[in-house]
Amino acid sequence: MTDKYDMPDERGHFGPYGGIFVAETLMPAITELNEAYQRYMHDPEFIAELDADLQHYVGRPSPLYHAERWSRELGGAQIYLKREDLNHTGAHKVNNTVGQALLAKRMGKTRIIAETGAGQHGVATATVAARLGLECVVYMGAVDVARQALNVYRMKLLGATVVPVESGSKTLKDALNEALRDWVTNIDNTFYIIGTVAGPHPYPAMVRDFQAIIGREARQQCLDQAGRLPDALVACVGGGSNAIGLFYPFIEDKSVAMYGVEAAGDGIETGRHSAPLSAGRPGVLHGNRTYLMADDDGEIIETHSISAGLDYPGVGPEHAWLKDTGRAQYVSITDDEAMQGFHALTKMEGIIPALESSHAMAYAMKLAPTMRKDQIIIVNLSGRGDKDMHTIMQREGLSL
Amino acid sequence: MSRLAAKFAELKTSGRKALIPFITAGDPYPQFTVPLLHEMVAAGADVIELGVPFSDPMADGPVIQRASERALSQRTGLRKVLTMAMEFRKTDQTTPLVLMGYLNPIEMMGYEDFANAAQRADVDGVLTVDLPPEESKECVDLLRERGIDQIFLLAPNTTAERIQKMDAYGSGYLYYVSLKGVTGAGNIDTADVEQKLQLIRENTNIPVGVGFGVKDAETAKTVANIADGVVVGSALISKIEANLDNPEQAKTEIIALLKSMRQAMDS
Repeated sequence: MTDKYDMPDERGHFGPYGGIFVAETLMPAITELNEAYQRYMHDPEFIAELDADLQHYVGRPSPLYHAERWSRELGGAQIYLKREDLNHTGAHKVNNTVGQALLAKRMGKTRIIAETGAGQHGVATATVAARLGLECVVYMGAVDVARQALNVYRMKLLGATVVPVESGSKTLKDALNEALRDWVTNIDNTFYIIGTVAGPHPYPAMVRDFQAIIGREARQQCLDQAGRLPDALVACVGGGSNAIGLFYPFIEDKSVAMYGVEAAGDGIETGRHSAPLSAGRPGVLHGNRTYLMADDDGEIIETHSISAGLDYPGVGPEHAWLKDTGRAQYVSITDDEAMQGFHALTKMEGIIPALESSHAMAYAMKLAPTMRKDQIIIVNLSGRGDKDMHTIMQREGLSL
Repeated sequence: MSRLAAKFAELKTSGRKALIPFITAGDPYPQFTVPLLHEMVAAGADVIELGVPFSDPMADGPVIQRASERALSQRTGLRKVLTMAMEFRKTDQTTPLVLMGYLNPIEMMGYEDFANAAQRADVDGVLTVDLPPEESKECVDLLRERGIDQIFLLAPNTTAERIQKMDAYGSGYLYYVSLKGVTGAGNIDTADVEQKLQLIRENTNIPVGVGFGVKDAETAKTVANIADGVVVGSALISKIEANLDNPEQAKTEIIALLKSMRQAMDS
């Protein structure tokens, strides 16, 4: 890999990954979106409006918080948390939906659709749609509708129509299929806000660019607070948008190690997990080539994770590329380990993380003790845990 | 000359249009498929599109989604479909057979292994819904070397520039999807299709089959008047779904529908 990083190419390839693999009926919509994205991402007026929204509506910049007590307890590297949980709607997802909604408005689209797993992206989409007065339809697997009832209610309050998807495994991947079917049918007036760095080009690059504010801020905040760059970055990876948002501005800083944390579910060896980079292989799904969980016939395998937001059989193509080139390392954390990370942060720092982010916390707990006390790890605290109270109560057999 | 090219040339000479039924392999059970293919040929089918079940059929409506789910529940995947194609060919050496599905099963098998397997099964064409021409060169080259046509989709909003790309990479026939949407939805607007076919023909000489919205003998005849071929899928699969407790009845209804289409198209 050269020192200068300029992925993807103009057709969205990250090496062999990414690209545009969609039915012909979607091609014109993708072309239209790509043209708008190329144009507005460099338009000073668009950038100014986006920056203002991120500051006044989302509440950016989010703090970089030195978790001193937890770091001391672990006895190794200093852990800094990038507080995306403090954003409006409680997760990093809104950075992207604010951006894509502004794009939709500029393109004259009147209807917004989205897919969602845990419901965070659905809520973040319903939120910006409400603010801009756009019709909003959110597709959500029927299984996820049942396990994330609170977020379903939030979306409905915000005026969105939530459509439970009954096909396939009734989870995030099926919601994405259904959203693509809607898009192909209603192409003229509809903008599809994909929530992660997957899908056909330009989505992986576009969502990354909207999320890269996480890493840009964290880089500057670390320089300001610690006087130097961090030694390692840690973020959870489902589709991988919070991780790429943190990683991207550091890619050319070769001294900074990057760790993406996948969901090992019951354990990689059980087959019940959501870790395509750790245990999958390259294939094509949802418009791009990337690592997938599939059987020998190429059929997509059902995934498992305690965290609905990581329960996806694919991963953003840029992560596939960063894995193959060795620039980032991908590791995995089981449901049980994630629960330990969840409790540790809650008890040591008074911060309740989302189950997705708890995977990153759990890996930081393993990594920090192997490093020196003068070293720095930035962990992306991608969302807050309120939405997961019900899941955790059930798992731990507690009641109010 | 490939079987598909020969078939379209022969139809042109006799002034007829191709009747192209689509069914999902292994629906409702694996042994149902090959005998049905032979009966469809006897009922007047010129080309067969055999659907390869996929777990995530993004461009298909509920009818074909459920057909895929039924087939997958009995483990009909790409390898099994290739053996069905081989079995079909044992007793029919003339009817072109096209495999239609999504890219991932082919990716996972590997393009070269797939091309070799398709050649061994004597498959004539491959239509991969989510493989646009820009990404198709490697696959198309491997198939072409083995005399297999890559079939591409055209949509109502496909530009002239893209039709030229299909012309460069595609062969056999092109499949014009007559509506914006998924399979099995809506009704066909023939005036609209006719206008679009004009643009297509200005940019390619490859024969054009039209599908999406062909439901009965009447729509088949209307489409046959303007296109080189008529593709019918969801209407046939609906017969299977309506007769899950009696697959033989489904077969009878499918054959009756195809015969009525053939008759209307030839009259």
